[in-house]
Amino acid sequence: MEVLSHLVDGFWVAAQPLNLGLIVFGCALGLFIGAMPGLGSVNGVAILLPMTFLVPPASAIIFLAAIYYGAMYGGAISSIMLGIPGASTAVATTFDGRPLAMQGLADRALVAAATASFVGGTISVILFTVFAPPLAEVALAFGAPEEFALMMLAFATFVGLGGDDIPKTFFSIFIGLVLSAVGLDIVSGEPRLIFGGISGFMHGINFLVLAIGIYGIGEMLWTIESSRGKLDVSQAIVSVRRILNCLRDLKGTIKSMLMGSFLGYFVGILPAAGATPGSLMAYGVAKTMSKNPKTFGKGNVEGVVAPEAANNAASTGSMLPMLTLGIPGSPTTAILLGGMVIWGLEPGPRLFVDNQEFVWALIASLYAANLFALIINIAFIPMFIWVLRLPFTILVPFIFILCVVGGYAPTQDMHDVWLMFGFGVVGYLMRKLDYPMAPAVLAIVLGPLAETSMRQSLLMSQGEFAIFFERPIAGPIMVVAIVLFLLPLLKMIKDRIKRPAATTGA
Amino acid sequence: MRRAELVMAVVLAAFSGYLMWKSAELPIGWIPKRGPGPGAFPFWLGAGMLACCVWIILRWLRGIGPLTSSEEPYMDRHALNQFLLGAGSLGVMIGLIHVIGVYGSVPLFLIFYMRVLGGHTWIKTGTLAIITPVITFLFFEIALKITLPKGYLEPMFYPIYDLVY
Repeated sequence: MEVLSHLVDGFWVAAQPLNLGLIVFGCALGLFIGAMPGLGSVNGVAILLPMTFLVPPASAIIFLAAIYYGAMYGGAISSIMLGIPGASTAVATTFDGRPLAMQGLADRALVAAATASFVGGTISVILFTVFAPPLAEVALAFGAPEEFALMMLAFATFVGLGGDDIPKTFFSIFIGLVLSAVGLDIVSGEPRLIFGGISGFMHGINFLVLAIGIYGIGEMLWTIESSRGKLDVSQAIVSVRRILNCLRDLKGTIKSMLMGSFLGYFVGILPAAGATPGSLMAYGVAKTMSKNPKTFGKGNVEGVVAPEAANNAASTGSMLPMLTLGIPGSPTTAILLGGMVIWGLEPGPRLFVDNQEFVWALIASLYAANLFALIINIAFIPMFIWVLRLPFTILVPFIFILCVVGGYAPTQDMHDVWLMFGFGVVGYLMRKLDYPMAPAVLAIVLGPLAETSMRQSLLMSQGEFAIFFERPIAGPIMVVAIVLFLLPLLKMIKDRIKRPAATTGA
Repeated sequence: MRRAELVMAVVLAAFSGYLMWKSAELPIGWIPKRGPGPGAFPFWLGAGMLACCVWIILRWLRGIGPLTSSEEPYMDRHALNQFLLGAGSLGVMIGLIHVIGVYGSVPLFLIFYMRVLGGHTWIKTGTLAIITPVITFLFFEIALKITLPKGYLEPMFYPIYDLVY
């Protein structure tokens, strides 16, 4: 049992006072961030990443992963208490969580959400522990063409499964890749796209500038606009006896929890799919599996349990491709991946060989983070409800300040702060027109890797694109990617055959 | 929404064209023994962006697409006010960093946002406007050893530097 001994070693590292402290602190912070309406794991990780330069790289990643986890738990709190999802990943939790809170059963919904998150998280970490090492071993044989094919697959899932407007999704991918190309060319060393020799562009556009711009500034502008009017916080009665009763009642929902966990995990592994579709799918499946689907949407605990198990499981699932293949499974892991590059930890299969200690410490910390998030969540329910009453006129300026100093810290260049401001404003204006932003963030992280692997592959093949299709692993991946790219097109054609006259009158 | 959709697509198309033109200043073709030129990657991506914009514009002209027939305003008066206040005050704050540094503009920004926009009490506003820069200083300058810009207020920090270093 090599895996077990690695895991035990990992627990030793995770249990060091600094790391353990960071796990607890990260979970608590993540819970707060998740509970605030408008802020989710991706915002928290993007805005706080520059603050982690204080601690060693491994501890920094552990801290950010704990925030990621905590935010997944916390998202349910505002979904239930406000009826506004704390993050897009908790949308499905509002469907039944809010009705429960309106009936005065908010504590029941909150305990159910926390417990389901724990089950989802734990099952997915176990699956992760089992699957990650063999996958990394397979991936060790990958060369440049395989890497490029995997990246195509990541972008293809956005187009095929993302569900956003197709040309706008493509646009988002392209612009992210172009932004990643700014600066000195990696192969020839020539500066490119520096816009008339502005020196700030010479060092390229740091992915954090785009990520903080979009997920910090853009998100806040979005929240300010969409939060007009007063918020209505439900009341929750919390006591130890009531919590124990709630836990006892959850026995009947184990089936939904397990279903949500497995479904969420496997959806989470898919690049780009992530926790939001995972939780929505789990909600749908729970409803169809249920004996009385009519009670869904009116306050059925199973409608809280299934999506919450799924979104936590998906967040672990999305770390699998990040750590083993170097391809992030969600926007949050894309930012984590970018962070790892800054810290000099090269993501991908080599990580399991070169930085074994780090990988296993991270996995062990996921187990620990899960447990702490559950305890902190249930113990401090009243505190998190207090956060929801925090006025936006206090929250917003603080997030803005964090963005500005955080955007400045990595390069210490005001140019980057202005650029971040620009991305935030433009990103907000584009988001209002349904341009998806996640593909651009993923693309700017993957861009340098994609370009290098493509140019290396083409060098190997003397310019023949056939190399991506002829190799035994790259070939099938490329074919799947192309099918996913074409999926929306096929859907369009099918729709047109179904109702041929529909477009003529418009 | 209708007009905004078109305007955005046209602006982005122009931007894509500009990117392609800039990329084409570097070799975009095949360089023997070195592979594709350094400009090739951004050039073709720019072309891809342009194609997407053309796709959106064509769709708009034919009257299809989710936003093409939306009569909802892109930004109503309330949204526009909120946007201008939020983005504007942030822009002014970043601009002021060049002049009076982070430690001057952060408290001003907090006072403006909390007192003027939020109507919070002076006690609450004042406390946060004082504590925030202090914590920022302790975290960045002392713990991380990252000096944040101080503009013309730099001399005020000399005594603190003497104390710390």
